[in-house]
Amino acid sequence: MTQVEHATASSRIGVVLIGVALIVLAMTPLWGDRHTLHLLAEIFTYIALASLWNLLAGYAGLVSVGQQAYVGLGGYLLFALAMFGGVHPIAAILIAGPVAALVSIPVAALIFRLRGAYFAIGTWVVAEVFRLIASQIAVLGGGSGISLPAHIIINMAPSRQWREFEIYWLALALAVIVLGAIVVLLRSRHGLALTAIRDNEQAAQSNGIDVTRIKLIVYVLTAFGTAMVGGLIFLMKLRISPDTAFSVNDWTAFVIFITVIGGIGRIEGPIIGTVIFFFLRQTLADLGSLYLLMMGMVAIVVMLFAPQGLWGVIAERLGWQALPLQRRLVVADEPETGTKP
Amino acid sequence: MTEWINVILQGVLTGGLYAMFAAGLALIFGVMRLVNIAHGDLIVLAAYVALLVTDSMGIGPLTSLIIVVPVMMLIGYGLQRGLLNFTLGPDILPPLLVTFGLSIIIQNGLLELFTADSRKLQAGAIEIETFRLMSGVWIGILPLIQFVVAVAVIWGLQLLFYRTALGRAFRATSDDQPVAQLMGLDTRHVFAMAMALSLAVIAIAGVFLAVRANFDPAIGPARLIFGFEAVIIGGLGSMWGTLAGGIILGVSQAIGAQIDPGWQLLAGHIVFLVILAVRPEGLFPKVSG
Repeated sequence: MTQVEHATASSRIGVVLIGVALIVLAMTPLWGDRHTLHLLAEIFTYIALASLWNLLAGYAGLVSVGQQAYVGLGGYLLFALAMFGGVHPIAAILIAGPVAALVSIPVAALIFRLRGAYFAIGTWVVAEVFRLIASQIAVLGGGSGISLPAHIIINMAPSRQWREFEIYWLALALAVIVLGAIVVLLRSRHGLALTAIRDNEQAAQSNGIDVTRIKLIVYVLTAFGTAMVGGLIFLMKLRISPDTAFSVNDWTAFVIFITVIGGIGRIEGPIIGTVIFFFLRQTLADLGSLYLLMMGMVAIVVMLFAPQGLWGVIAERLGWQALPLQRRLVVADEPETGTKP
Repeated sequence: MTEWINVILQGVLTGGLYAMFAAGLALIFGVMRLVNIAHGDLIVLAAYVALLVTDSMGIGPLTSLIIVVPVMMLIGYGLQRGLLNFTLGPDILPPLLVTFGLSIIIQNGLLELFTADSRKLQAGAIEIETFRLMSGVWIGILPLIQFVVAVAVIWGLQLLFYRTALGRAFRATSDDQPVAQLMGLDTRHVFAMAMALSLAVIAIAGVFLAVRANFDPAIGPARLIFGFEAVIIGGLGSMWGTLAGGIILGVSQAIGAQIDPGWQLLAGHIVFLVILAVRPEGLFPKVSG
């Protein structure tokens, strides 16, 4: 009897720690002030965005520099649905996911014709097209943008405090759902295929994996998640414009930095990376463009000297995994431990 | 009628500039399969180098090329040997992310040094000189020079690729890097020469960009996209294809702008996506590989 086991000692500890952290984070509105809640919600949105980009680039090998297309699409869908459809903003965010997934299918049909690095720039062109189209839509503010009308914001929740709680919990829930969905995906058959593609695409293909189909699934799922996070981001900002919605810096450069620093191709990477990113931002943001310049340098140095990122180094040295994703064969007939004669 | 002839002529002449953006990109992709995300930012960097040169030495922008081109070539050679050579390999992620990081560094470095103000190079009287092609159709001297230079650059690259020892080294490395190395080619040097050449083209393009329009540190990525679109429209691996791609992009943008100013960029992107949909190998592909 042989079976596959995912968990290790470190992942059992990891799961318990993550569980405790989630309970504490879910209760933050009891003690945190507005500023803390807002900062944490922002951190959750970046964890979700970076985890999705990591799935796309780190596992499926689809290096996109155009995910801002879906962040912006989600944001604009929220505004359009809430302003003209009378939809509750939270419902609008939930609708934005499937709509973006639908939009992403024809987009994929086009840009999947481009390979490797050309694919990356192709995604960027698509994001630019989205941005230019958004700036042509006069009822959504055209090029200068628009604010969410006050009555929509007021009707969202009984009080301002409750609205902030709702947004906070939604951000936490989205991050948990995104991470949970990625864990489920990676533990499934598709996950095994994805890990194989990550390690060697040609070898994966020669073992009978339909690489293009899996990549398409991942691309569509990522668009789904990214648009929901985008909707939430612009519900927090309450104002949207083509330049902020489709910003390559905010929604791609930062996300790539986070993932590369934390560890690309590992689910823990984006979480660690987001914590480091926000720590640096809170301490160095006054430096303005110098801060961005340093960020670019750190990303290059990490890519050259430790391409596996911080969590990659930890995992290699210590064999840790925070979530049960590994596959180990356990042969039941032979006792794993025990004294030998 | 003459209005549309004017529009299309303007588009063709602008297309020359886009072809130069594209030629530098196609050159290094051809030789080392590297897509340089910082390409557009290097074009803007060249424009600022030209700004410094013209300001400090009191010479015209076109004369400044004598200095800007070698400076950019040195930067290119150093960049390749000191950084980008270490990212090349079977994995496409390192070169992509390192050049993306480079793009952020150049943009913010320029922002730090020159602020976000729009700048322009002054070329003097030549900027407004025109001649009459036919009744109602006028051509600017400067756009014409730009187009002629673009054609000359692409013709020169074509000659270099197929008629010189360096070109042979480029093609050999492109075809099979290990074998080229076995034949005694130092591929690190060959790659650095290709990058130097790419940045020479970038320098010329950067100066023309800076004479024709305002520039600031943030406009690089859009130039990368124009160059990339021209490469794909023209077909990978073909130098003359980049010229055709640049012209098609320039004309599409000019027609879009004529219909509605907001449609200028969108028209170019849409033509690119349509060509990608109906002819993904581009209009004038050389050979695959």
